[in-house]
Amino acid sequence: MSVETRKQPAVTGTLPTELIRLEGVTKRFGDNTVLDGLDLSVDAGRHVTLIGPSGSGKTTILRLLMTLAKPDEGTITVDGQRLFPAPEKQVREVRKKIGMVFQQFNLFPNMSVLRNLTEAPVRVLGLSGDEAEARARELLDLVGLADKCDAKPTRLSGGQQQRVAIARALAMRPRVLLLDEVTSALDPELVAGVLDLLRDIARSTDITMLCVTHEMGFARDISDQVLMFDAGRVIEAGPPEKIFGDPERERTRDFISAVL
Amino acid sequence: MTWDWGAVADFLPYFCKGLVVTLEALALGSLISFALGLVWTLLLRTPTRWVRWPVGVLTEFVRDTPLLVQLFFLFYVLPEAGVTLSPLTTGVLGLGLHYSTYTMQVYRAGIEAVPAGQWEAATALSLPVRRTWTAVVLPQAVRRVVPPLGNYVIAMLKDTPMLMTIGVLEMLGRARLVSQQHFQFTEPLTVIGVAFIVVSYLASLCLRTLERRLVR
Repeated sequence: MSVETRKQPAVTGTLPTELIRLEGVTKRFGDNTVLDGLDLSVDAGRHVTLIGPSGSGKTTILRLLMTLAKPDEGTITVDGQRLFPAPEKQVREVRKKIGMVFQQFNLFPNMSVLRNLTEAPVRVLGLSGDEAEARARELLDLVGLADKCDAKPTRLSGGQQQRVAIARALAMRPRVLLLDEVTSALDPELVAGVLDLLRDIARSTDITMLCVTHEMGFARDISDQVLMFDAGRVIEAGPPEKIFGDPERERTRDFISAVL
Repeated sequence: MTWDWGAVADFLPYFCKGLVVTLEALALGSLISFALGLVWTLLLRTPTRWVRWPVGVLTEFVRDTPLLVQLFFLFYVLPEAGVTLSPLTTGVLGLGLHYSTYTMQVYRAGIEAVPAGQWEAATALSLPVRRTWTAVVLPQAVRRVVPPLGNYVIAMLKDTPMLMTIGVLEMLGRARLVSQQHFQFTEPLTVIGVAFIVVSYLASLCLRTLERRLVR
């Protein structure tokens, strides 16, 4: 598969390189402190799942990384370059390395499926129309929707729309893929298809993933690391076997047994 | 009261000239109001307060004062500042300016109805701001904007007789001239009344067709 070809150094042998770093990140909405001096480091190629009760700040981290919101304090660094605080021009450069898939898909309804995938590669990366289209068709093939190129997104099922949205994010060849509760808005019978696709991508590419999800089985399958959030802080972090099998914190145990 | 078809026949050549002027004023006035309204909307979304504030005051002022007063102002006061325009030009500008303060609200509502997720997706794909507007937001706003804009076109049609007061010989102006010369009021006024109904109806038909096409 040719979705992501920039190879990271293998995790074994060489030292893993840090791709994302948050230091002392605080985010408030009014009186509500959503993130409270958060430190976080993610190595390239890792698949990190963020779990925790709603309102604990998981989605906010993704939104800060995608520059959809700004922290009140702290610094964010991606691939050695500052994302916050940083001048607008640098933000634009660094942001290109990050892609995001949303809970509500957010495809552009006024464009065909194919245009959804070619628009940004042409306008932002400067690909020619033909290059972008070739890449788009390849990705649509990968997500199993090669026959829907000319369809309008609204004609597709939720699961199909989300697969297009994943392909659209991958078309920008990001180093980091942010997944924000990507199956929460789907009918139950459509969830499996999307999760299988993501498992596939996780297994066969070296793309770094940050994933907010309530699908614990999926989290267990794809994650290298699980972060348990509560009240704007990471209260426990570890490999999925540890977090799901034998968590140390009472709070984590309660949360896991409540959602499983 | 008697109905004289001869008077109708006498009025027809003048009526046709008046109809052309009315349609001209309507078409140009609409175009100006569509364009200017979009300009106001975009200016009101700039981050600079020194742009937003004067635009807000100006448009509020125009919206809250009568069109007739504005027409008189443009026609009688502007020449004192050295700007002399023909009656029709003045009328078209007046209509366009006045209605732009309404179309601006239509655009605003249309733009605000585009879900936040669309802006977020554009940011996530690093689309430049300008491209986000032209390729994502405005195309989606258009379909929401056409029906109310069409209603303002019909409202503007019914305001065109005001241009008579600054000497534009549109339909009512023609009817009045002919009526006063021949002391026959019924026929010319009836003819233009029917003409207003026909033009309104045709306009709303066009609008419905356009709406149907956009919804698809």
